[in-house]
Amino acid sequence: MTLLSTSAQAVPPPRRRTRFRGRKEALVGWGFVGPFVAVFGLVFLAPIAYALYLSVFRDRLIGGTSFVGLDNYSEALADPRFWEGLARVGLFLLVQVPVMLGIALLIALAIDSGRLYGTAFFRVSVFLPYAVPAVVASLIWGFIYGTRFGLVGNINDTLGVTLPDPLSPSLVLAAIGNIVTWEFVGYNMLIFYSALKVVPRSLYEAAAIDGAGEWRIVASVKLPAIRSALVIATIFSIIGSFQLFNEPSILQKLAPNAITSDFTPNLYTYSLSFAGQQHNYAATVAIVMGVITAIIAYAVQLRGMRKG
Amino acid sequence: MRTHTTRRLLGALAVASALALTATACGSDAGDGDGGSGPKDVKSALEKGGKVTVWAWEPTLKKVAEDFEKKYPNVDVELVNAGTGDKQYTALQNAIAAGSGAPDVAQVEYYALGQFAIAKSVEDLSPYGAGKFGETFTPGPWNAVTQDKAVYALPMDSGPMAFFYNKKVFDKHHIEVPTTWDQYVEAARTLHKADPKIFITNDTGDAGATTSLIWQAGGRPYKTDGTKVTVDFGDAGTEKYTATWQKLLDEKLVAPVSSWSDAWYKGLADGSLATLSIGAWMPANLTSGVAAASGDWRVAPLPQWTKGDKASAENGGSSLAVPKAAKNKELAYAFTEFATTGAGATTRVSEGAFPATRADLESKTFLDAPFPYFGGQKANQVFAESARNVSTDWSYLPYQVYANSVFNDTVGKAYVSSSKLTDGLKTWQDASVKYGKDQGFSVND
Amino acid sequence: MTTSLTTAAATGGAEPAGAAAVTASPSAAPRRGKRLPHTPLNPRPSLALTLLTGLALVYTLLPLAWLVINATKDQKGLLDSFGLWFADDFNLWDNVTRTLTYDDGVFVRWLLNTLLYVAAGAGGATVLAVLGGYALAKFNFPGRKAVFAVVLGAVAVPGTALAVPTFLMFSKMGLTNTPWAVIIPSLISPFGLYLMWVFAAEAIPTELLEAARVDGSGELRTFFTIALPLLMPGTVTVLLFSMVATWNNYFLPLIMIKDPDWYPLTLGLSAWNSQAQTAGGEAVFDLIITGSLLTIVPIVVIFLLLQRFWQSGLAAGSVKE
Repeated sequence: MTLLSTSAQAVPPPRRRTRFRGRKEALVGWGFVGPFVAVFGLVFLAPIAYALYLSVFRDRLIGGTSFVGLDNYSEALADPRFWEGLARVGLFLLVQVPVMLGIALLIALAIDSGRLYGTAFFRVSVFLPYAVPAVVASLIWGFIYGTRFGLVGNINDTLGVTLPDPLSPSLVLAAIGNIVTWEFVGYNMLIFYSALKVVPRSLYEAAAIDGAGEWRIVASVKLPAIRSALVIATIFSIIGSFQLFNEPSILQKLAPNAITSDFTPNLYTYSLSFAGQQHNYAATVAIVMGVITAIIAYAVQLRGMRKG
Repeated sequence: MRTHTTRRLLGALAVASALALTATACGSDAGDGDGGSGPKDVKSALEKGGKVTVWAWEPTLKKVAEDFEKKYPNVDVELVNAGTGDKQYTALQNAIAAGSGAPDVAQVEYYALGQFAIAKSVEDLSPYGAGKFGETFTPGPWNAVTQDKAVYALPMDSGPMAFFYNKKVFDKHHIEVPTTWDQYVEAARTLHKADPKIFITNDTGDAGATTSLIWQAGGRPYKTDGTKVTVDFGDAGTEKYTATWQKLLDEKLVAPVSSWSDAWYKGLADGSLATLSIGAWMPANLTSGVAAASGDWRVAPLPQWTKGDKASAENGGSSLAVPKAAKNKELAYAFTEFATTGAGATTRVSEGAFPATRADLESKTFLDAPFPYFGGQKANQVFAESARNVSTDWSYLPYQVYANSVFNDTVGKAYVSSSKLTDGLKTWQDASVKYGKDQGFSVND
Repeated sequence: MTTSLTTAAATGGAEPAGAAAVTASPSAAPRRGKRLPHTPLNPRPSLALTLLTGLALVYTLLPLAWLVINATKDQKGLLDSFGLWFADDFNLWDNVTRTLTYDDGVFVRWLLNTLLYVAAGAGGATVLAVLGGYALAKFNFPGRKAVFAVVLGAVAVPGTALAVPTFLMFSKMGLTNTPWAVIIPSLISPFGLYLMWVFAAEAIPTELLEAARVDGSGELRTFFTIALPLLMPGTVTVLLFSMVATWNNYFLPLIMIKDPDWYPLTLGLSAWNSQAQTAGGEAVFDLIITGSLLTIVPIVVIFLLLQRFWQSGLAAGSVKE
């Protein structure tokens, strides 16, 4: 994996001392990573294996379960409801992720620069929305977006204007993007910030002695140094976008006609599985979605790492 | 502790892989609690006692559970709020699929019962003696829980529809209570014109409300005969509904506020949502959720589709069913019967539930009870009248939970774009037909 | 201000303690190394930059202001007063009392459950991620490269569709409706694993580990005495993320837990919310909003507490220079 080679670059491979190599190293290494792998197998791999198994069957209210081979897959690949949802999260990803990560990076750099009054206050305040449970966030934003009693409505009344309804079908994706940005800016900021914190200070010192200005240091020292954090935040944001679920599912109550049950692929698998009891087909869609997401995440990672 | 956990995890992995081989074989290992002499011997089950787990969100069951335990000291009733509506059905389906963890008694709304009945995941209660209650319950609910001779649940409450209106708003704008839907549309226009902040009601597309009004208009879009299902939103009753409702939508006379949201409660309180056409269970919600408007509201019969008619329909309401996977079915049935009939029903009515039992519906104390919230009006008389007028030949789909879940995907388009309700209903119909066929029903054949 | 003091203390008094106290902003204290006045290494606080970044604060805090303001209103005030200003009477304390005592104080029970889930779930997740990340970064072993590929691939599969298979498995193991059903899945933080991996790779000089081995230190001992202190900032970050994630966990408990006695706060609040949507249910929006506010407060406290470790961890990280 390319990610690995980058990490390995920073560290000379532990090979110089012959005493600690081979089998013992493998044993110790697995000993440390083993607990994670074991639990991971239980809560991720086993359900995925089970979902794979489910995906080749079909269970009907009348007629019971039958083996259908890859029928579910061919149905999923030709399912317009699935592709529309995928296109929607694709658009979301192209717009929301760069905006969110950009803001997060700027705030992280600002805080890290040490040029703010009240750094600690900034750090906690920007992070705070991440601590707000989705149920609560929906209450808050439902109020703000409300065209009748909400903030939008209040602005309309006070200024005598008619702002467009954020929860109308044409704007609802942007409204969701705003909530997601609100929730996760602080989260990503903190990742960047803590990555910046381990950038060896000697690197700045050298640049500063050479007379580099602050922006130069950002561009030539700080950003390259946190490249892996940037890439991984991007990858996890991509995965997050493709799995968009919480925010639309909660806003659905307020905008039931703008947010359909197949609004995002994940919402679609959810309604297939829970409202429609189509567990087999839901598992198939989830697997197809997982494969697509993994391919894209992998491609981004290859690209992001190669440049360095 | 540590080794214990590890072993558990290893065991879990083994189970997981075993599951992958036998996934279809689960669901049959819950039936080891048949205790008692015969499977239908409810009486000795009561004497023997035991534990009954009840999944329900209905608040009045709390008192009934206490009374039941008092009457049968050997029985322990555990009342669990496992979620409301869909959430609870999901949990129930999951538990049934897993073959463990299912409750002994579950609250199921009428529209959702068919799904459990057709999958045979709820017990037919007639062998336990439920068949004798045909005359005990009002016709709408009883019709909803029975199929041929089988009784899949006992009705717990009902929701005959009524017209709730804000009298203060009506008086201020000199509006008569509409007796037909045409008058209703007129009232909507007058109100909104007089004050653009006021809407006759809210509607963002609600499957339950729409089907109930079609029901009242005489439409019968669903017909179910075992596994043969017909879906047809082209009948005359449906057309009456769409013609009227299309006017309201075209002229933007209904507020785009979702029911049960805080904005909705707000609108009901401040008079900007002037009426509700909804089930008779609503007073309790108004009293607690819209306390600020106490005294403003009144109740009247639903407006009619044809002048002079007295048609009504059910909106909401739920039953208590006994899942096949219940551990102690006799005891479960005993509790179900206790909570839905006789003294149990009366207790629940006094706690605020709307009865599905004739006796309670006709009792003098019930009919003559004044509602301070409605300015002292004896609102139950309106509700009881409505209950009598519900026509009983309505049926839901045996997969209505799914159908309702895609209502806003299809019919919802008419609420947010220029497309028409009729087209939306047609798309809904197509989606319901497709799902039905996928599930092995013969639909519209 | 506490931060500036801890930093100064933790850097081993590289400057007089008074100097830190005199500096206007906590972050103006040098992070480590020598002091170089008037360079980007030791900048002056900038009002312009503060104001600019302050815009972000308005964005993040305004919605929260709504929550705080509305927690002071009773049910009636909620429905008939302007959302971003206070109602006539101030009901915060009354609301808090009623939230804590409603339905026999079930909120307190939910709070304790949540604390249990967070302590066991997030604590465990952090331990697993730190151990795993350390191993991936510092040991060469067969299968190492596969681990992250598999983790990333598995994470890409939408969790909602895996809920049913997971439920069925857990049900077979008898774990549903027990705290284990929430805790065990919380133990995995793929992101935490990755973060620790990157951190460990960059923060722990391999020579240090080699030296410890030469000195005859066992692997566990080396980990605890040398690696762990260096990993502190990363550990705190992962711990914080896992805590918040567990604290806000909703979907999983929704599927797994049916007994309100084992609900976490999020499920409880949601149950109160849907209570308003049922026939005969009591609408308790005031309690929901106050409960929401109470739910956020502990997270803020945790954050502020962890912030100190962050600083001292950073200082410990300076060993490498």
